[in-house]
Amino acid sequence: MFLKDYFGTIFKSVKSLLKGMKMTGYYFTHQKEIVTEQYPDNRATLQMAERFRGEVVMPHDQNNEHRCTGCQACEIACPNGTIKIITKQEILPDGKKKKRIDTFVYHLDMCILCNLCIIACPSDAIVMAPNFENSVYDKSKLLKILNNPGSKIMEGVE
Amino acid sequence: MGLLLSYSFAALTNSIHHALQNHFTNPLMALVLEMVMVGLSLIVFLVLLSFTLGYVERKVAAFMQIRIGPNRVGPKGSLQIVADTIKLLFKEGLTPDTADKFLFNLAPLIMMVSSMLVIAPIAFSKGFQIWDINIGVLYVSSMSSIGVIGILMAGWSSNNKYSLLGAMRSGAQFVSYELSVGLSLISIVILSGSLNINDIILSQQDGWWIFKAHIPALISFVIFIIASTAEINRAPFDLVEAESELTAGFHTEYSGMKFAMFLMAEYINLFIVSAMAATLFLGGWMPFHLGHLESFNHLMDYIPGSIWFMGKTFGIIFLIMQFRWTFPRLRVDQLLNLEWKYLLPISMVNIILMTLIAIMGWHL
Repeated sequence: MFLKDYFGTIFKSVKSLLKGMKMTGYYFTHQKEIVTEQYPDNRATLQMAERFRGEVVMPHDQNNEHRCTGCQACEIACPNGTIKIITKQEILPDGKKKKRIDTFVYHLDMCILCNLCIIACPSDAIVMAPNFENSVYDKSKLLKILNNPGSKIMEGVE
Repeated sequence: MGLLLSYSFAALTNSIHHALQNHFTNPLMALVLEMVMVGLSLIVFLVLLSFTLGYVERKVAAFMQIRIGPNRVGPKGSLQIVADTIKLLFKEGLTPDTADKFLFNLAPLIMMVSSMLVIAPIAFSKGFQIWDINIGVLYVSSMSSIGVIGILMAGWSSNNKYSLLGAMRSGAQFVSYELSVGLSLISIVILSGSLNINDIILSQQDGWWIFKAHIPALISFVIFIIASTAEINRAPFDLVEAESELTAGFHTEYSGMKFAMFLMAEYINLFIVSAMAATLFLGGWMPFHLGHLESFNHLMDYIPGSIWFMGKTFGIIFLIMQFRWTFPRLRVDQLLNLEWKYLLPISMVNIILMTLIAIMGWHL
């Protein structure tokens, strides 16, 4: 019984070792499977994934309108105070007062790209862009205003 | 082309030998000069070998891990090792304050010297050996055992508890696996009847021992490869010096050139172990002969012996490298378990089997 277990152990382990070696031998000989992206050489054809988290941007349509209602949910959700919303009061044509967004201040140098602001936004106003080449020599360039000048909220968002 | 293929290195060494003897009247001068030339060419060969093996290891590791490896420095990354060596040369060789200075500086030297001494009886080609000693196999086995003293010295003199633990584990591992290596070497010596490396290679003229003595030689070969991988402290048995284990084990406190000497000694040991496996089991520089088929053997003889030897050695080096990137690391109790409960009993039974085959003449 002991001898059967002994040789059984040896054969089982040799079989599993050979299976492992077959796998690495396969990867050694099939170099088409290499997944490394040769970065600076393939900048022209680089395709980032849909869910890649670059920097936060506010998409505007062709009429220079965005979807931000100025609710400040992203500012509350941000873990380290990267977003600062400055709101203004706007008087609508029928006399009512409405809170609107004046400036969306975004500190790219503080942002940790955690995606919590995107999740918190109730009107899908902000998204994560796929660009990651954000290095600059002048730190003030990293303070961004996300809503374009002269833009207003789209119809029917709020 | 035929002339190039049949070039024999023995002619080169003989001509240099005669030229020196004719030039210098004092035979002692000629001998000393010849030894200096051999020593220098050996050192250059070993440095180039370390560079090549370092590059091959990184590329082989990369391809097995579905990535590319060094490819920026030099064509296809071949000068990466040169860049790493220059970096190591510029590093500060820090000696800890309370370390035993004499032993601390001596340890890498002993490891290097014991690795380099073993190259003497290895036959690279017909007649191209540094020292054709009568007890070649015994010399190789005993000289490589001196390396463990270097490791223990390095661990002890670092004045670091973790280095000492790593060095003691390495001592235990080295001493245990040496038994299996010795028994595997002896199993081939039984068949060839001589410890002389040249005799062992010449006895494989009608086929390599791994084919002629079928089952016991195959078992011996497998045990030799496994035990030698453990002897040279290479994965999956590299508990003592792995990057993430015990803060790098016995060479924690070493930096700069001394660390580079440990690395070089490890690569030289890898080459030696593969060369011994190739010599004893796969025929060294002897081409692949099949029994007494004269025409086939003549065809195989066209490829020069040095290419056969290097090809076999690098094949086994590739096998040992594949071990490193396929198998997980063994714990120290699993390591000793493997040796004392599995490898040693099997090698002992294998020796009895091999003796039986040699006496009854059941080998080819």
